This record gives sequence, structure tokens and C-alpha cells, in this order.
Amino acid sequence: MNQPETGGAPVLALRDVSKSFGAVRALRDVSLQLFPGEVHALAGENGAGKSTLIKTLAGVHRPDSGEVLLDGRPVTFAGPADARDAGIAVIYQEPTLFPDLSVAENIFMGRQPRRGLGRIDRAAVRSTTEDLLKRLGVALDPDRLARGLSIADQQIVEIAKALSFDARVLIMDEPTAALTGSETARLFSVVRALEAEGAAVLFISHRLEEIFRLCARVTTLRDGRFVSSEPLEGLTEDDLVRRMVGRDLGELYPKQKAKLGETALTVRRLTREGVFHDVSFEVKRGEIVALAGLVGAGRSEVAQAVFGVDRADAGDVEVAGRKLPKGSPTAAMEAGLALVPEDRRQRGLVMAMSIERNIGLTGLGKLGRGGLVRRALEHGRAADWAVRLQLKYNRLADPVGVLSGGNQQKVVLAKWLATLPAVLIVDEPTRGIDVGTKAEVHRLLSSLAADGLAVLMISSDLPEVLGMADRVLVMHEGRLTAEIPRAEATEESVMAAATGRERAAA
Amino acid sequence: MAMAPDTRSPAPGAAGKAEPPLTAGLRAKSLALRWDTAVVALLIAVFLVGLGTTDGFSGGGNLAFAFNDISEVALIALPMTLLVVAGEIDLSVGSMLGFSSALAGALWNAGWAFETIVPIVLVVGILGGLLNGWLVTRVGLPSLAVTIGTLALYRGLASVVLGSDAITDFPSKYAAWTANTTTLPGTFLTYPIVLFIVLAIVTAFVLHSTSFGRSLFAIGAQEDAAFFAGIRVKRYKLLLFVLTGLLSAFAGIVFTLRYGSARADNGTGYELLVISAILLGGIDFDGGKGTLAGAVAGILLIGVLRNLLTLNDVPGEVQTVVTGLLLVASVLTPRIIGAVTERRQRRAASAAAATT
Repeated sequence: MNQPETGGAPVLALRDVSKSFGAVRALRDVSLQLFPGEVHALAGENGAGKSTLIKTLAGVHRPDSGEVLLDGRPVTFAGPADARDAGIAVIYQEPTLFPDLSVAENIFMGRQPRRGLGRIDRAAVRSTTEDLLKRLGVALDPDRLARGLSIADQQIVEIAKALSFDARVLIMDEPTAALTGSETARLFSVVRALEAEGAAVLFISHRLEEIFRLCARVTTLRDGRFVSSEPLEGLTEDDLVRRMVGRDLGELYPKQKAKLGETALTVRRLTREGVFHDVSFEVKRGEIVALAGLVGAGRSEVAQAVFGVDRADAGDVEVAGRKLPKGSPTAAMEAGLALVPEDRRQRGLVMAMSIERNIGLTGLGKLGRGGLVRRALEHGRAADWAVRLQLKYNRLADPVGVLSGGNQQKVVLAKWLATLPAVLIVDEPTRGIDVGTKAEVHRLLSSLAADGLAVLMISSDLPEVLGMADRVLVMHEGRLTAEIPRAEATEESVMAAATGRERAAA
Repeated sequence: MAMAPDTRSPAPGAAGKAEPPLTAGLRAKSLALRWDTAVVALLIAVFLVGLGTTDGFSGGGNLAFAFNDISEVALIALPMTLLVVAGEIDLSVGSMLGFSSALAGALWNAGWAFETIVPIVLVVGILGGLLNGWLVTRVGLPSLAVTIGTLALYRGLASVVLGSDAITDFPSKYAAWTANTTTLPGTFLTYPIVLFIVLAIVTAFVLHSTSFGRSLFAIGAQEDAAFFAGIRVKRYKLLLFVLTGLLSAFAGIVFTLRYGSARADNGTGYELLVISAILLGGIDFDGGKGTLAGAVAGILLIGVLRNLLTLNDVPGEVQTVVTGLLLVASVLTPRIIGAVTERRQRRAASAAAATT
């Protein structure tokens, strides 16, 4: 292993760790060193072994071979409690707080300071929490109930909890996946404060620019193997992607020039009271239109109203000149509309059903005559699209739940592309997907558009918006605030409209 | 590196390659682990035990009686299976049966022709199902709460219609149709059971071979995803509630004729029998899982067990206890099996890891 030289001793390290689950070797001879006062990135595609590595550090898994070193000495964690007592804390993407307890109570759950007769010392709980939050530089009321806190605030509570355990190592598993830009900025300042206090931080993110912004070193995994561990200085995004994927990706945003055809989707003065107002736009055949904006600006809601899963209070939707009845996804589908929803685990897929049945679900009427479902047709439809989208699977009869996130997203895409839509709406098409699959999805969208499909893409990923869109629509607080052609779309112009700083004539 | 050479088979599922076939052994194993096949095996076992221990069990007359005795439960269980697969439930079926029986009795008493009474009662069943379905799908109330309400409502209406009277003098030409002694020539199958068999085949076909059935599984497993896939969730659910109401009302007529007695308290507690039978047959209470064959096996198992207990002079209260225990066991056992298999798989995985 070619570990580069560094100053200081690592507080936590893995040495030649391997871990298998049945026949699947999740980690093979992986080494990692976390130094105090340093933010370390862990990079790799989905399925590269990042989760297994985190769980090994957190005491959930025990390595089959190799060792975990704490302050240079080999340790064996019998369970997560051992790791926690050793000062290792994990912050997950979606924290699990008790919604009916206050922030302070959540932090001290199960180990509240006591007064006489076993009574909880509420004053001590409160003041300690205040101190912790002050250390993090966050204004959060300790008495506030956890219910209704944003995911960002919930993460802060988890971090405060970790500090209350005197955590020296903080592992953050995709903490920014569900955060807005400003929330991410606050999280980063918290992480920098921890760094300054001498904590070792392991940071996992699919967003490469975040890794470059926050981290000093990066360890890359591929297929469970150690690829490299090096300082980020001097590395480019392309270098990092190449290490993760093991080949040149070409362009991450392979936008093809497409000829624009006639108007495929027309949305006129669409309004849903209290959610979005007076939204009008068109999407032409062959065009990719991005709908940008902050989380909560009403983008997904517009998409759902267009598709008919939510009922619009006013306004019309036309597909190829045909007006859609309100509130009927079935009619929207028949008119040639398809919606790949943001929440693929809840809305995109029936997780317990097999791959082929999920793909068949959008075409039940076409899988046989007279309401029958012919399994051969169902299987054929799924097999056809699995090949076209290069789905990685074992058997089409396997439940979709066993696939990785990126492959699940491909199943959702397959399910909708199999309806041969005229208009495809994709809501956050690459959230939580590894870089390799992300590029595949982008290539797919681009070539579909080139074949004359109209694409409306909702995305919070600015590079994706700028890289893929022919035209960018920006929403702010339920209204369309700007329409920016590709040539003029920049990070600044989109963000200005998304935050309401500038109101371009719509 | 001190690791053994990589013996892992090529990356699973390289796109487009032929799928690994299920070996015969694997297929047999997965079939044996399925709950519905286990219930069929249990049914056969109970049947054999009955043959060995209980005199008069295997007689054609007794079998006709045993199955005819649960014909109402069996008939209602068919639409109920579809409803539970779609993630809903109807607790008002026993009350609808009673209401239908009481209404038939009251109209008969008032001098109506039986040929007129039957369609009226069936329409009332449809209306009752519509009310349940409307409250669940359009008003958006949970079906458990709605049908507990209509359970009381329909039973109350039954009393309003008939009070505490019992009407008994139904025409014998119809009563004979439901009797234990009238069987399909050469078999021990009574006409209600023959009807059940026909409807069960139709239901199995609908549930497992049509797009409607496929949609019900999707709705029960994940309603949001089904709705986002353009499936008419509410319409389908409404239809199922109507079907359940219709079959419950029809079962009320069968019940009335079979016992030759229309009373407001007919079929009290039948909702529990119906639900026990299909849960026992492996229909998941949370929706989205199960087979109609399993549900039928569950129904027959309950019928055979009740018959055996009766033949062995076990009192009715104890039979109720047995039904209750079966219900709990049928919900509990699959979970235990699941937990055990998972643990075994985990152990096998770590053993395999240790040997590599």
C-alpha cells in the first residue's frame, strides 16, 4: 500500500481490512488514516464499499481480516456502543431523532444528568446543550421540539450529540444530499469549527465540488478495493472521477445539439393555492428545459400538478395541443407524459416487487389482450429496457430493493421510457447516484432529446442544470422568476433568480 | 497480499447476459418456504389426522356438511382477499350478512315474492359497499375505522328492519338449493360450494393473471408508487368495497336459506372468521402479498378444523378460542420464520467469509 507520508499520528485508521458478505467481497485490503484536525473525503461510486467501511469504523461490522487502529493500537469494537465510547460518531444522511422530544432532550437521551432521587436535572441539560450549540456557532433553541426541524437542523443536533460524547472522530455519510445551498454552507462552517478544535472528520459526498471545497485529503475506493489516498491539492475533478470509475468518463455532461421541433408541452397559468402561482412555460420536442430553484420553491409540486397526481386549482396543461383533464395521471400518461418522481423509494418504485413487474406497471394495458398480463411480454419489455439502459442485475424476477441506488433509478427510467412518452419530466434524476451512473443518465437524457423527446428536468445540482439544459427556468417561492437561455445561464444568474435577488422579466 | 485468489464468479448481472437459471432444488426449497404451500400441507395433514382419529369424518355426508357450513365465510373471503391484497379491509361483512338476512325476512313476511327479494337485497349490499368505499376513497378515512362504524350501522339497521323476530317459513325449492343434502350428482359438493369453486377460479384468474390483479398488488405494497404509475387507485378500491358488499349480501341469502331462518343477529362475528381464514392462508395484513390458492387453503383449513372439533364434541366457546389462536399464529409464524431464515443466512454468510 502506498500510503503517503504525513505529519502527526492518525487518531483512527484501518489497516488492510477485508470484509465479505456471503460471496460478495465488500472490502479488500483497504487502508485509511484519519488525522486530527483534518477533513478527509471518502470517494467512490455506489457499491464501491463506502458504507461497509463506515460501518466497520462505527463498530457495526467486524473486519474478516486486517485491523482497526485507535491511536495506533489495534482495537475490536463489539458493537456501535464501543465505537461511540471510543469517541467515534457517525452522522447519517437522514438523522433519526425523537420527534416529540426537545433538541436538548434528544442530545441527552438515555443519559440525562441527574439530581437527587433520580430526577432529571433539566437546567443542566439545557445549559450544556446551549454550550454545545454555541461551540458549533448555530442558533438553535434547545427547548424546541425535534418535530418540524429541517434535515439540516436535525444533523446539527446529531453533531451536538456527538460532541457531548467528546467525539474525536466524526463520520458524515452524505450529509449534504438533502440540504440547500445555504444549509450546506452552514454545515461546512460547523465542520471547519470542529476541524479547528482538532477533530478528525471523514466526509462522504457524491458532489465532487463539495469534496474540493471542504476536504484536505481524499481516499478513493473502487469495487471494494483501495485505489488511492492523497492530498486534494493539485487534483482536478477529472482526476478524481477517473480514480473512482477507473476509466475516462469523457464528459460528465455530454450535451448533444438537438434540433428543436414543435411544442410538446404547454403549461398555461398553472396555479395551486399556497404552493405555486401563475406558472406558464413551454417545452419543445428535442429540448431539455431545466427547472431550477431552491428546495421548497415549488418545482416538484409544479411537475406533479402537470402530471396530474396533484390537482391544480387553475390553469391548463396541453400535451401536443391536447388539453389534459385535471388530476388524472392516467390521462396524462395516455397523452404521452411521463414523470420520474424525486422520491424513487416511495413513489418511483414498488420496492417489494420485482424489476420486471415494476417496469411492467406503467404498461399493464399493453401486456396482453382483454386485461390479461402475459408474463412473457412483461419479461420481454423489462429485458429490452434493461439492456438499453445497461442495468446491472442478477435476475429480472429479483425485487428492485436489492439493486443499488443508481440501478434503481435506471429501473424507474426504464419503466417510464417503456411507455414511449412524448414528454419526460425527471425530478432530481441523479440525486444519490454515483458518478458513473450519473454520466450514463445524462448521456441517456441527451440522446433521448436528440431523438425528439421533450425533457423537463428538475434539478438542485447546478452543474447538472448548466451542463444539460437548453433553457433554464428558475422558480422562487412558487413563481417563475426567470427564463435563461443556455448561452446566458451561469451559476450566478441562476442563483440570483433562485434566491429572488433579481427578477428578470418572465 | 495474503488473500486467496479471487474466486468470485464474474460480476453478477453484466447487462444483457443470460440469467442464471433456478435449479430444481432451489425452486423446491423456495416453494417449501412459502407460507401458502405450508398451509396446503397443514390442510392435508389435518385432513389425514381427521381420517385416522375421528369416526364419520370421511363420509360424503359429513364432508358436504363440513364445507357447506363455511360456504358464507368462503364466499365473502374471495372479495375480501382482493381487498386485503390492496391494503384495505372490510369489517362490516358479518353485519351486512345479517342485514341482508333480516331484510329478506322482513320483505318475505310482508308478502313479497322471493324472486323480487333477492335482487333488492343484492342492491342493498352494493349500496353498503359503496358507502364503505366512498368513505375510504373519497373522504379519505382509514378502512379499519370506517368499517367498524358500518359494522355497528348495518347490524343496527338489521334490528330496525326485523327487530328480534325470526322469520322461518322460506320456500323449500330455494332452501333445498343450499341444503347439505343437495349435492352435485356423484360428489359431496353442495351448490353453494360449487358456486364458491367457480368464483374462486375466477378470482384467482383476476388476481394473478390480469392487469387489475397486478395493480392490486402494487396498490397494497406501495400505494403512492402505484398512483404515480397511473393506476386508478381510488376507483379500484371502490370497486372492491362494492364487490365485498355484494358478496356479503349474497352470503346473507345463502345463510338465511340454509338455516331456514332470517334473524337480525345472523352471521355475528363472521368478519373475524373471514379475516382469520385469509390471513391464515398467507394474505399479508399490510397488503401486497399472498396468493388466492393460499387463501382458499386457509378457508378450507378453518372449515375442516371446525368440523373435527364439532365431531369430537368440543364446545363452541373452545372453537372460538381455537380460531383466535390460529389468527394470532398465522400473523406471527411468518414473522418468526423470516427472522430465523435471516439469522441462518447471516450465519452462513459469516461461515463462508471465514473459509475464504
